[in-house]
Amino acid sequence: MDELLNILKTNARTSDADIAKMIRATPAEVAARIAAYEKAGTIRGYRALVNADHLPDDGVTAVIEVKVQPEKEGGFDRIAKRISAFDEVVNMYLMSGKYDLLLFVEGKTLRAVASFVSERLATLDGVLSTGTHFMLKTYKLDGVLMDVDKTDDRMRVCP
Amino acid sequence: MNGKSRVAAHVRALPFSGIRKFFDIVAQRKDVISFGVGEPDFDAPRAVRDVAKTSLERGETHYTSNRGDPELRRAISRYVARQFGATYDPDTEILVTVGVSEAIDVALRAVVNPGDEVIYHEPCFVSYRPTIVMAGGVPVCVETRREDQFRLTRAMLEKAVTPKTRVLMLNFPCNPTGAVLLQKDVEDIADFCVKHDLLLLTDEIYAELTYDSKHFSFIAVPGMKERTIFLHGMSKAWAMTGFRIGYACSPAEISENLMKLHQYAIMSAPTTGQMAAAEALDHGDEAVAEMRAEYNRRRNYLIAAFAEMGIPCHTPAGAFYAFPYIGDLGISAEEFALRFLEEKGVAVVPGDAFGACGAGFLRCAYATSMDNVREGMKRMAEFVAEIRAEKKQ
Repeated sequence: MDELLNILKTNARTSDADIAKMIRATPAEVAARIAAYEKAGTIRGYRALVNADHLPDDGVTAVIEVKVQPEKEGGFDRIAKRISAFDEVVNMYLMSGKYDLLLFVEGKTLRAVASFVSERLATLDGVLSTGTHFMLKTYKLDGVLMDVDKTDDRMRVCP
Repeated sequence: MNGKSRVAAHVRALPFSGIRKFFDIVAQRKDVISFGVGEPDFDAPRAVRDVAKTSLERGETHYTSNRGDPELRRAISRYVARQFGATYDPDTEILVTVGVSEAIDVALRAVVNPGDEVIYHEPCFVSYRPTIVMAGGVPVCVETRREDQFRLTRAMLEKAVTPKTRVLMLNFPCNPTGAVLLQKDVEDIADFCVKHDLLLLTDEIYAELTYDSKHFSFIAVPGMKERTIFLHGMSKAWAMTGFRIGYACSPAEISENLMKLHQYAIMSAPTTGQMAAAEALDHGDEAVAEMRAEYNRRRNYLIAAFAEMGIPCHTPAGAFYAFPYIGDLGISAEEFALRFLEEKGVAVVPGDAFGACGAGFLRCAYATSMDNVREGMKRMAEFVAEIRAEKKQ
């Protein structure tokens, strides 16, 4: 992958001037390349990795396994598109194995998620069954450990 | 003892490492951003640590063969062949040591007769000169210079060689300068060794950490394997300093004598480390490449930052050290380092800790996070501006 993208993926707040130093370019070149990536849709956005466990009562996330009836025409796509259109669904994947769709659903309360599942998701034509798991604690998010107490215990000066 | 020291005179005469003194000063301070650490900030790759754990769980807590675990020696042989282009017999030509430091020590003791001259280059790793002295050799220093990107040239060596010269001892990529040799330099120096019938001791511990070109080893030059002791180890590129595993590849006659010294002094290198090293050599390329990419970003950042400050610095093409020149500021490297630590909380090592010709230079190890690199360079820019303002008054 392009070094520029590697750097932004690690820390999207790295300034153009700092990136320029790291990849031996000028800040203007860096800005132009980032703009080109944004225009091409390669860079789709920038956002913070927030450890929700640090926030006061920030709602709940559930992982939901859904079995669906595939259709003769189009297989899983039509039902998958309908489900993914719900605002409550933040991530969704078609899976191999014992169930078909894996959903990450966010809600304000446990009850809100429960009612989404029982009243809106499970009642859709084609949905055969659901299995809901609530997330309890985040240890790692997008490759980043949420526990930040790692210290540098090397000798401060050594040959 | 009538007030006389019980320590042998030749050991008493050995100076303490210049870096040691600085370490004591830095150790007293809290919250230091340190560019003084000559070891990776990364932990050893996870898979390597897992192999070490499994080895312990299996009860592999005994000595290995003096030469080193046979499986590790085979892994070393495979790795050296594919990476450096020379094939060594794992049964007769490879010795596993406690880091390259031990390998340097046994190698010098094995090949130096009392009074033999050993040519080495400065600035260099702190142990080189004392190790030559302790082996009974006469150290002959060749000074490398910023104008040459701290490379060693044949012309410099021709001036230093005498009929008593027996060994040439090299370390490229170089700690502390970050200098590398290009293929042409390597071929010229190899030719020099052949012409003067010298044995070459080449410490290539930083070989994988080469940024602008691929490392070219002395053992890749036809005819050199027979007169070379090739030293390498796991500490730097695989971030395995604490495992203490190095190795020496050399012709069978030399190797069995290295083994003899190693056997009497050490028995065998740490077993857990040897198991971990085999895993790293066979499956560690990707982890090494990732660490190298990160070092390279930091290196580029430092070079750009020094340029912005108007501090001259040759382009360090290997290892993880930059070696900027601060001699134009009107203060010594030691004073710079002490004041920079005191006033800005940043540690760098004065270049003369690595030889007299390092005076006026600083060793800045970039084995520290990008956040530290950025903050440390910001503070250095402030500090340099303050020194310049002081000197103007």
